[in-house]
Amino acid sequence: MIMQVKWLKKQKTEEPENVVVQTQDNIVRGGNREIIAVTYIFMALFAGLLAYFLYFMIVSRKDVINNSYNQRQKVLAERTVRGKIYASDKTVLAETVQKNGKETRNYPFGREFCHVVGHSTEGKTGVELMENFNLLTSNDNLMTNMQKMLNGEKTIGDNVVTTLDVNLQKVAYNALGNFRGAVIVSEPKTGKVLAMVSKPDYDPNPSYLNPNWETLTKNSDDSSKLLNRATQGLYPPGSTFKMFTALEYMRQHEDYKKFSYSCVGKEVQDGYTVNCFMNHVHGVQSLKQAFANSCNSCFAYLGTQLDVKSFRKDADSWYFNTKLPTSFVNKPSSFVLNGESNKEEVMHTSMGQGKTQITPLHLNMFTSAVANGGSMMKSYVVDHLESNNGKIVRTNKPKKVATVIEETEAEKLTSFMKEVVKSGTATSLSYLSYSVAGKTGSAEYDSTKASHAWFTGFAPANDPKISVTVIVESMGTGSEYAVPIAKKIYQAYLGN
Amino acid sequence: MELILTDLSRYVIALLMGMYTYWGFMGFAAKKKTRNRIIRRQRSLMYLFHFVGHGVIYLNTGDVKILGIYICELAYFVGSQILFQKIFSEENMPLVTQIHMLFSISLSMLVRLDFDIAKRQFVYMIIGTVLAAGMPWLLKHMKNLSTDGWFYSVLGVIMLLLVMMFGTTKYGAKNWLIIGGVSLQLSEFVKVLFVLSFAGLFATESLAFKSILKMSAMAAAFVGVLVLEKDLGGALIFFICYLFMLFVATGKWSYLLEGFLAGTGASMVAYFLFGHVRTRVLAWRDPWGTIDNQGYQVAQSLFAIGTGGWFGMGLTAGLPKTVPIRESDFIFAVISEEMGAVFAICIVLIYLCCFIWMINIAMRVNDMFGKYLVVGYSVILLFQTFLTLGGVTKFIPSTGVTLPLVSYGGSSVLGTMIMFGVLMGVNVNEQRMVNDNAGQVAEETKD
Repeated sequence: MIMQVKWLKKQKTEEPENVVVQTQDNIVRGGNREIIAVTYIFMALFAGLLAYFLYFMIVSRKDVINNSYNQRQKVLAERTVRGKIYASDKTVLAETVQKNGKETRNYPFGREFCHVVGHSTEGKTGVELMENFNLLTSNDNLMTNMQKMLNGEKTIGDNVVTTLDVNLQKVAYNALGNFRGAVIVSEPKTGKVLAMVSKPDYDPNPSYLNPNWETLTKNSDDSSKLLNRATQGLYPPGSTFKMFTALEYMRQHEDYKKFSYSCVGKEVQDGYTVNCFMNHVHGVQSLKQAFANSCNSCFAYLGTQLDVKSFRKDADSWYFNTKLPTSFVNKPSSFVLNGESNKEEVMHTSMGQGKTQITPLHLNMFTSAVANGGSMMKSYVVDHLESNNGKIVRTNKPKKVATVIEETEAEKLTSFMKEVVKSGTATSLSYLSYSVAGKTGSAEYDSTKASHAWFTGFAPANDPKISVTVIVESMGTGSEYAVPIAKKIYQAYLGN
Repeated sequence: MELILTDLSRYVIALLMGMYTYWGFMGFAAKKKTRNRIIRRQRSLMYLFHFVGHGVIYLNTGDVKILGIYICELAYFVGSQILFQKIFSEENMPLVTQIHMLFSISLSMLVRLDFDIAKRQFVYMIIGTVLAAGMPWLLKHMKNLSTDGWFYSVLGVIMLLLVMMFGTTKYGAKNWLIIGGVSLQLSEFVKVLFVLSFAGLFATESLAFKSILKMSAMAAAFVGVLVLEKDLGGALIFFICYLFMLFVATGKWSYLLEGFLAGTGASMVAYFLFGHVRTRVLAWRDPWGTIDNQGYQVAQSLFAIGTGGWFGMGLTAGLPKTVPIRESDFIFAVISEEMGAVFAICIVLIYLCCFIWMINIAMRVNDMFGKYLVVGYSVILLFQTFLTLGGVTKFIPSTGVTLPLVSYGGSSVLGTMIMFGVLMGVNVNEQRMVNDNAGQVAEETKD
């Protein structure tokens, strides 16, 4: 490029008399100076185009070609044997094996990892989808690959090493038992997902999946076995949403410490009534106590004291109504309050009912952000890719996506969540040798059915190692159904 | 065996193309003798690429017809080189070499995609070559080319209007005219007339504001009709071409600036008025969300380029069937898929190389009419290239124009070859005039 510029300059100095030409009719006509300007303008356009093209090839290409609409995987699959998927300790979670001369995909753990690892024979999901093209790309030794091609053999695709912990996954899988719901366990400081379970489940092995595919997709019993509830299930947050309301109240009211509310088991405003769970009368409550006891009346009242517009703005900054920063396919959570919402909606939303919907993954990421001093990390499950001969092809590093709350706010919220365990709705976690910070929830979605049970929290509270989010569909309260599951996971990872 | 050869050919092709492009740029700095050596080197690389490309396709398909067309193409390259060298002198051989390289890329890709289309494209190339060869003669013998500006522009607008009234719609734009079974994209030829008429006007008319206003109104008529035909790419090309010609002729930055502002304003109006403009913009902003309809073309194009990677899947080893309009508007995506991004970047650089040679010609012409002609054609060719490449790679919204000399299309090849012929013809005439003057001076001093 520099050479061309020099060359142009040379041209210019060689023929200076050509720059502006005087013609017979005494009109000044432009000439070479303008032509050089035009050349530079076009050079700039093309420089932009080339820079963009390089950016596409180096950065965005990987995500683009992984799209399920890209049909070229069939071409790649004819040349390359799909790579393996490993747990963090290199236990095989998925591999392609030869069976009677035919290739088949084998998932040794069957149902236990079905949603997070996914399947690859009936469309692609999970890690199989995320890393589809990398699994079908071979960065093996060049000579080996040449030799293979000469012999007409397939090359071996790269392997994916995930962040998943086999033991933790098993504990979570068994703890959720026969309930419908989801469990996510992650590392707050890095965003690594250690375990992810969704139920009901299915066997991803082709011997089961292929013959049962039609029944699985027909969905007549609305069990949605294929849906990964952890990332795509939208649930009313119930009382876990009180984390957000409390945070917003503290933001808008500096004197929140003086706050006191006298609970009579219900809160009535403008003819709208909100009841506490089982019409329980909590008596005089500070903000912390109301949070720990999950007092609905108090939080409905708090909602009426909020500037709804700023609440909406903050909720958006907490990743409501937008795609989550994660490599998982996910549904955006929704928070629909705005300046025009009526009082009933505000009261219900503030205590976690109303139209708000949240995915377990979102709640887990937010909980982790609280544990991590307010910094939200990108949630990811692929640690690195390595070639068949063990060379590391690409490593995913922990990535901070945003400071969603201030460090002081994180500290306050943590102390609130510790109180939940100490004296509130999750006291069964207080007998552990380390302190847990958490919040329970019982989300009502249909007055004739039992509520969804929630728990989200992290431990140890002073040096968070894992954050756990649990949802159990339509069984009852968070304390009764979700907390025991979380407890088993903490015990398995951090001891008694 | 074919597999490993195809696989190896990816690197060979990228290497040949890389070397070719490198020498293309080295040519600028070189003295005449070295320049000739460089061109010989480039030609060898071109022939090698042509051989490897067709060879790989033959190995994979085993179709003997490919050997036949290869020999015909080879004969054409050798023959047209001799013809061009005679008509356009050594001076223009760098441009001729680039034309041949782009042709060989086009033919290799089209032979791989669809033999019949390649055959037709080859015929168009031959006709285009003959037309281009006739241009110096035409420039020399049609004395009033520069003075009949108004006539040519009226003729151009009438041609466009004909298309608007009797044309057929393809890919959303009504810019095809079918005469006796031959479908023509008349706007490709109107481009030639457009530049011809305004080069004449700028060179002969007064450049006072009133006169400029009159000419701009005429240019606006072209753009307006094209917009009505929904040929947005075409409209944009004419507009940009006029703007830059106006700027070069008047030397006034203010015209360029005002023109851009007016253009931006007009685009906004078009965005709100026309649904098809919004569709293109929507597809550009988020092809993934609209992948089933508006975003389909761009998404498929990006899949092809992205999956191909730096060195491509190898000729015949890709999946070009998924890319819509793969022979013409989106041929760059298909080339990038099978021959790789390195190769594709080299193509972009080759166009830049062409542009610099054209500018080189423009700057050395003393005759204003010739100068503006060359500027007009170079701007059209380069801007059209920019629109295609930008659209295919999602740098800008897709406008549906062809990649000059590479995309399949008779009108496009013929129109482009006429432009190249005129460009080089202007240069040849200039050389002859300089030589004549020199001869006169020499004779005078003799006396």
